[in-house]
Amino acid sequence: MLKEYRSITNIAGPLLVVEGVENVKYEELVEIRLGDSDLRNGRVLEVEGDKALVQVFEGTRGIDTEKTTVRFLGRGIHMYLSQDILGKVFTGLGKPRTSSDEILPEKSLDINGAPINPFSRDYPDEFIQTGISAIDGLNTLVRGQKLPVFTGAGLPHNKIAAQIARQSAVLGKKEEFAVVFVAIGITFEESEYFINDFRQTGALERAVLILNLADDPAIERIATPRVGLTCAEYLAFEKDMHVLVILTDMTNYCEALKEISAARKEVPGRRGYPGYMYTDLATIYERAGRIKGKKGSITQIPILTMPEDDKTHPIPDLTGYITEGQIILSRSLHKKKISPPIDVLPSLSRLKDKGIGKDKTREDHADLFNQLYAAYARGKEVQELAVILGEAALTDIDKLYYKFAEKFEMHYVSQGDYENRSIDFTLDLGWKLLSVFPREELKRIRDSFLDKYLPKFVNKEELQDAG
Amino acid sequence: MGDLGRIVKVAGPLVIAENMTGAKMYDVVYVSEIRLMGEIIEISGDMASIQVYEETGGIGVGEPVFLTNEPLTVELGPGLIQSIYDGIQRPLNLIYEKAGDFITRGIQVPALPRDKKWKFIPLTAAGDTVDSGDCLGYVDETTLVKHYILVPEGISGEIISIQDGEFTIEETVAKIKTASGVTDISMLQKWPVRKQRPYCQKVNPEIPLFTGQRVIDMFFPIAKGGTACVPGPFGSGKTVIQHQLAKWIDANVIVYIGCGERGNEMTDVLLEFPELKDPKSGEPLMKRTVLIANTSNMPVAAREASVYTGITIAEYFRDMGYSVALMADSTSRWAEAMREISGRLEEMPGDEGYPAYLGARLASFYERAGIVKCLSRKQDITGALTVIGAVSPPGGDLSDPVVQATLRVVKVFWSLEANLAYSRHFPAISWLNSYSLYNDNIKEYVENNVHEDFFTLQAEAMSLLEKESELEEIVRLVGIDSLSGEDRVVLMVAKMIREDFLHQNAFHDVDTYTSIEKQYIMIKTILYFYRQANDFLNSGVDIKRIERMKIREMIARMKYIEDSDIGKISSITHDIDSELGLLKKEDEAENQGI
Repeated sequence: MLKEYRSITNIAGPLLVVEGVENVKYEELVEIRLGDSDLRNGRVLEVEGDKALVQVFEGTRGIDTEKTTVRFLGRGIHMYLSQDILGKVFTGLGKPRTSSDEILPEKSLDINGAPINPFSRDYPDEFIQTGISAIDGLNTLVRGQKLPVFTGAGLPHNKIAAQIARQSAVLGKKEEFAVVFVAIGITFEESEYFINDFRQTGALERAVLILNLADDPAIERIATPRVGLTCAEYLAFEKDMHVLVILTDMTNYCEALKEISAARKEVPGRRGYPGYMYTDLATIYERAGRIKGKKGSITQIPILTMPEDDKTHPIPDLTGYITEGQIILSRSLHKKKISPPIDVLPSLSRLKDKGIGKDKTREDHADLFNQLYAAYARGKEVQELAVILGEAALTDIDKLYYKFAEKFEMHYVSQGDYENRSIDFTLDLGWKLLSVFPREELKRIRDSFLDKYLPKFVNKEELQDAG
Repeated sequence: MGDLGRIVKVAGPLVIAENMTGAKMYDVVYVSEIRLMGEIIEISGDMASIQVYEETGGIGVGEPVFLTNEPLTVELGPGLIQSIYDGIQRPLNLIYEKAGDFITRGIQVPALPRDKKWKFIPLTAAGDTVDSGDCLGYVDETTLVKHYILVPEGISGEIISIQDGEFTIEETVAKIKTASGVTDISMLQKWPVRKQRPYCQKVNPEIPLFTGQRVIDMFFPIAKGGTACVPGPFGSGKTVIQHQLAKWIDANVIVYIGCGERGNEMTDVLLEFPELKDPKSGEPLMKRTVLIANTSNMPVAAREASVYTGITIAEYFRDMGYSVALMADSTSRWAEAMREISGRLEEMPGDEGYPAYLGARLASFYERAGIVKCLSRKQDITGALTVIGAVSPPGGDLSDPVVQATLRVVKVFWSLEANLAYSRHFPAISWLNSYSLYNDNIKEYVENNVHEDFFTLQAEAMSLLEKESELEEIVRLVGIDSLSGEDRVVLMVAKMIREDFLHQNAFHDVDTYTSIEKQYIMIKTILYFYRQANDFLNSGVDIKRIERMKIREMIARMKYIEDSDIGKISSITHDIDSELGLLKKEDEAENQGI
């Protein structure tokens, strides 16, 4: 029988202090029973002498120092798992949301997990075709990668995430996959959008939903992504599935972290966020990857809203330092009705180099995307120049770049929500757009590829113009 | 061991214990029955604050703390090369064998294999007198590294016996009669990580350390025994540069510290280095590399230690007379680990919450680099330790305290710019903001060994790039047509330098490494073009014709020419002459026609 304490001495924000405790462990799970028998969960943040500092996930409203009792459960927060979690919905703490979501657990795992030994990692190099040109061609996603979407309020990040979840496929393979959808403080409507989309495509029965919605307890969000990733690790490394984890919205997670830090009166780092936020975020993001000798993989797509579209804000900044690239959405493209409004230049996939090329996508992919990037960057510069000088002042070659940038945005970046482009289509489209340039401008592409591919498209372009 | 403390507080990686009388600062302790390793970082009365190198979940008040009365040490000896360690020198491959795919807590594995036998070949004989740092013999550890066994510090005397043969690192290979008796010498040594290894004398770095990276070697070179930092925002290619340096830098031993960075990046190194060949010997690069991997999700206190673990191993090889290069990616994560621990200790914070001693710690870390005359008095051995640290300032903001503290101590600054990265100009090292303070030091060596006009060319190319940035402002305002012919040639050649010389593709088989000889010829060719183009311009050839010259494509493809075909680059100058000659004739013909 676990001891019950009635010795809460201090309650502040999401924290409470229990005195006179014995044998309490750091990170231990806590059950708090209120006078009206309402049951809440907490976690030990600090133990000092006979005092324990407890963080209450569901908030401290209604907790008093007289009637409320506290029990320390002698273990961390666990998630109960079995293959049946697929198709089920859980709360942000990993409890079944309704009675129909209950499962017969096969095992339970601590939600904090353990770091993957870098030695046993397998390098992610399997190309995932998302069917979105701006991602496949330029910011290629590979299995086991963590590639966040940096977005702003009002941008269609949910559409992109849903499209990736819907269309993702590895070329030439049919394998078991699962989606773990983790909602962190998003609205009911946003979460319904995803669930509906999963339902329509039949992905719902292959999905685990962990929902902490905007009206759910804020502090619970600390646990929510970890619950989701524990499910993902179980499915990937014990059930051999390829798991795509969508975490939205990480900004809400960081806000919860900040709230606790403030309540603990810690010295803040930048903009009030705790100094250990990098380490804390890393314990979430680094739980993506592949392991040698295991079939499954975890690919993470965290979505985060940049406050004021500011990429240097601590949340996107620290995320960018941990994740393997980022897909950045642009408000100005969105206004131009370019959809998806992926801002190609600052977006990046760090793992693309190993996931593209011969036998993966196509031999010319690497050179081609370098050239497309360089040309688009120059085109954007020229466009800026044209704003000052007027288009007439541009040199002939600059005019080509000017037009290229426009066409690139319209045809390459922009595509339909349900348009699933094959990688060959995407690559050919790139060649087609580049074929307007004289050959010596295409310095980033090897001669052999220019010889092989360019002629096909130069002619076509001319024919089209003629037509 | 045996003294027992008792935990009174647990807060993240910080544990406070009482009944710790007798414990010394920076002593290693083991926390709780599961024996998590930690280090004492503050003492007050009989209380000690301990930073614990592993996760502290499940640890509670009242649990024991075991004292070892020893500081944090690393094991030094044969077996270091090709290893991959965590921040406190636990081999990750052995952890994997013992614990599986995930790193669980309280695992203890020896840093160096105890059962492996090494062939020890003595270089001294019984009867010789030796001093600290003298070489006793060696072990062929890999085909690239001869591992010299040195007399440990503080030991000197006459060799009584020394044996040839196969030994494990713990077996005695020699006996030395010292003033205080006979000492057994094995190949295993231990050294506290926070203490600099001794040397005889530091000397000024005067020899360049070529890296095969054109922007670095040609414009911002680093010297053997020098220090450099690479700050830049995320996505600007810090890690690629660090990897490139680790691959191609002209050093005997590489120590690569992945400090608080991505797990997959370390995997990349682990998979790639055994495949890559050293350009000189043709042997796999892994055979000269020691890896320290403390990824961002591994415990934060061990991250703090990882940098010291790495540099101590690097110093150990330096003492054998090797040129050692150490890459730390990233020192910002190390500083953040310090900040986190400092915060838990409730110390008064300095800038941005970093501890007030941040600058001092960084300075003393970088100061462990240098060229030294090694301890041995008998043999004149010089070792070099070059340190290159990546810095990850928030938002790429160079006013970040870690960047500023680093810039105060390092001599080379390779500034990475997001704008260059966006336009896929890699390495994204800004030619306008970066600097190297070693140009003067290495001048003599370079002029004698590469070419005497190396620095003249460097200055000429640099001034063209600077001129370009001025001209670009004008072009922005009034358009290119308003520029004079000379200025347009400057713009054209500066663009050549940028795109055809500075831009280097790390993933291209040939372009990834450029020998200094090829670099020299490349820049010389471009500048030859500049002078010739100017001459012809002055003699009346139309600028637009020069801008359309075919030779430009050949210059653009210089970087893909293999080193063995270096003659092809030299012959470009002839092509420049002949094409310009042709232009001139055409021009004259046209003029006559009119």
